Amino acid sequence: MKLNDDDRDILAGSKGAGSRRAMQILISLANIFEARELIPIESAQIAGVSYLNIGDAGLEFLTDWADQEARVRVPSFMNPAGIDRSLWRKMGIPEEFAQKQMKIITTLCRMGVEDTLTCTPYHIDRVPKMGEHLAWSESSAVSYANSVLGARTNREGGPSALASAIIGKTPAYGLHLTKNRLATHRLHVECNIETAADFNLLGYTIGKNIGDAIPLIDGIDIDMNSWYTTLCLKAFGAAMAASGSIALYHISGVTPEAKRAADDIVKEDAVEIIIGDLDDARRSLEQHTTRLQLVTLGCPHSSFDELFYISNLLKDVTLKIPLWITTSAHVYRKAKEDGIIADIEASGALVIVDTCMVVAPLEYLGYSYIAVDSAKAACYLPSHQHAITYFGSTEQCIKSAKEGRWIN
Amino acid sequence: MDKLEGRIIFAADAEGQILYSAEPIGFFGHVDLHTGQILERKHPLYGQTIKDKILVFPRAKGSTVGSYTIYGLKKNGAGPAGMILSRCETIIAVGAIIAEIACVDRVDITRLAQGGYARISGGKITFETTNIH
Repeated sequence: MKLNDDDRDILAGSKGAGSRRAMQILISLANIFEARELIPIESAQIAGVSYLNIGDAGLEFLTDWADQEARVRVPSFMNPAGIDRSLWRKMGIPEEFAQKQMKIITTLCRMGVEDTLTCTPYHIDRVPKMGEHLAWSESSAVSYANSVLGARTNREGGPSALASAIIGKTPAYGLHLTKNRLATHRLHVECNIETAADFNLLGYTIGKNIGDAIPLIDGIDIDMNSWYTTLCLKAFGAAMAASGSIALYHISGVTPEAKRAADDIVKEDAVEIIIGDLDDARRSLEQHTTRLQLVTLGCPHSSFDELFYISNLLKDVTLKIPLWITTSAHVYRKAKEDGIIADIEASGALVIVDTCMVVAPLEYLGYSYIAVDSAKAACYLPSHQHAITYFGSTEQCIKSAKEGRWIN
Repeated sequence: MDKLEGRIIFAADAEGQILYSAEPIGFFGHVDLHTGQILERKHPLYGQTIKDKILVFPRAKGSTVGSYTIYGLKKNGAGPAGMILSRCETIIAVGAIIAEIACVDRVDITRLAQGGYARISGGKITFETTNIH
């Protein structure tokens, strides 16, 4: 692999042990994946922030790295943590957990990572542009950046994204290279896909069926300029990345790299699959109880428009059980200025920032019957939180919170 | 003594009893951080411990947080002595580098399926299939 003088100096320790360790990680990954060079990145997004996930081991590792003077060179964003920094007491999160979590956040801040604490950094002004190279790690953000924005990132782990942030580069392999972005599967969708719930179920179906692959999807006709499409596509990619490990999808005539003729973006030996209905996905996400303790919306984190939409659904509604909506602090501030947060909270619902239902310690808080409008969350809550998880539309979730039980 | 050679992921010397899995291993949530015991009920190695073993498996599966799990196992003295894989990817590579655990891939792991004792030195593996099971 080609290294320039600067890279070699860093490897020799000219910028300290922290930068040397970052360079070692990148070079090792470059060797494994047979990358020929390191290429500059525009931004990094660092997963593995929640204390629930990385634990003391992760905290110790990050502390060591920060103590070695490792500092990021490009704009870098944190994935959600295990607590809302203002509301954790109200959420019932124990003091010790909150303190460890704060330590993780301040350690990453010390390295120069911004405390965005969101899985949707693309809802914070600096939206990646087509063709830009990134080192992002949260799987739904990776899918959105690649598929909807046409930017280029592999699905990084927390430490590899951080290593890229520290060096400002990433090894050029995988989805950074045009030839690796061609579709390996061509999916013909023959049922109507219109609502966000449909997109969730279709994403879940695709991930289950093709695992880690790149699909080109035919048969979906949507307007890319609508906020509702953004919501649908972000949920769609999140579901695919959770039920499978898909980091890039194309929709014929819709997503930026699929505006060309299909033959140009599909591999010659692509597998053809017909998806006739979403019944299997519905069945596998179905529950046979109605007991409900908590409803959570905002996986991935809600945008401003989504909060506005939810605020309308909550007009004159009184809730019987807790309803949480998770978003980034950035979006929260804007929604607060516009009175949207007050409208939502009038119903008794809580808008939570910095965290989400997947990475907050819900099991500890005693929640084991949870409803979600996200197929991604429905994939993870049973294993991460040991919760009976109901999946339905946003409307169905709100109705259930109002009735105090799951409404099918 | 039989010999195998693979590609170095993290160069170090290690030796220990072979613990072989024909199935991929998920580290995050599936391995006890303090004992090294495999907690995944459906896994063929369920209940066994990876501590101080030469862990032989085809590849990793599951969350990328697994890199931190490997680091935590090492810090807690419950990590494997070394890892030998068919195909290494980001989770294991980063885990091996940050935990400084000997790691080799591109090995025909079925040669190690009978168990026994193995030594890793850089990319070279020597092993005896004493079949202790």
